[in-house]
Amino acid sequence: MRSGRRKVLQGTGGLAVMGLAMAAGLFKPGLARAESWNKAAFETKSFADAVKALGGSQPAESKDIAINSPDIAENGAVVPFAIESRIPKTEAIAILVEKNPNTLAAEFEIPQGTDPWINTRVKMGQTSRVIALVKADGKYYYNAKEVKVTLGGCGG
Amino acid sequence: MADPMKIRAAMAGDKVEVKVLMAHEMETGQRKDASGKVIPAWFIQNVTATCNGKTVLSAEWGPAVAKNPFLSFRFSGGKPGDKVVISWVDNHGDKRSDEAVIS
Repeated sequence: MRSGRRKVLQGTGGLAVMGLAMAAGLFKPGLARAESWNKAAFETKSFADAVKALGGSQPAESKDIAINSPDIAENGAVVPFAIESRIPKTEAIAILVEKNPNTLAAEFEIPQGTDPWINTRVKMGQTSRVIALVKADGKYYYNAKEVKVTLGGCGG
Repeated sequence: MADPMKIRAAMAGDKVEVKVLMAHEMETGQRKDASGKVIPAWFIQNVTATCNGKTVLSAEWGPAVAKNPFLSFRFSGGKPGDKVVISWVDNHGDKRSDEAVIS
């Protein structure tokens, strides 16, 4: 969900840092692949910050994003979500749980030829608004749904 | 080495529907053990799916994805007999790659 420019910057910066780190023997080369993980985005604690960290700003609410999930989840440790975007040129779909310790749960890049439809399961610490964020043709859209949790999935 | 994934790839009309079940703890880093020590986070960070060498889905995950993650998606351009390869890497640098033949 990053813009091309940021990707390039991050890519070269990351490579340089990795090169130095590897030269210094700090990291095993096997760890290099984890560089493509957007740490900043996964550490955000609000919807607005998560959108920003993913490279977007001021997403528009859209009813063309369908969130299919139970309205009440008995077990917050496993809450199934099916997200479908009917917005043309959908490039990425992210699932955000507003009241989890960190907002962003997962982000999927949808290459051309793959349906903008994702089915997965996430954890929810408590009743929360769940937001599906979609990047389509460079723009950001979202839809949200309140999911009630009767037993949390993040505590002990 | 982690346990193998269960992957099913089948034609659904002219598209391929893939269902994956991965074996992973997906520890959040929020929980504490009996002695009150935080159990360190341990979770899958990157998932990639390819078919005939073309990436059909890539994902970045946080620890909020449920334990033993399930994922399903659909793509065009595959046919019966083609292979779908799914790989993941976790925050320890552990990785796993498994494949399934489209039926």
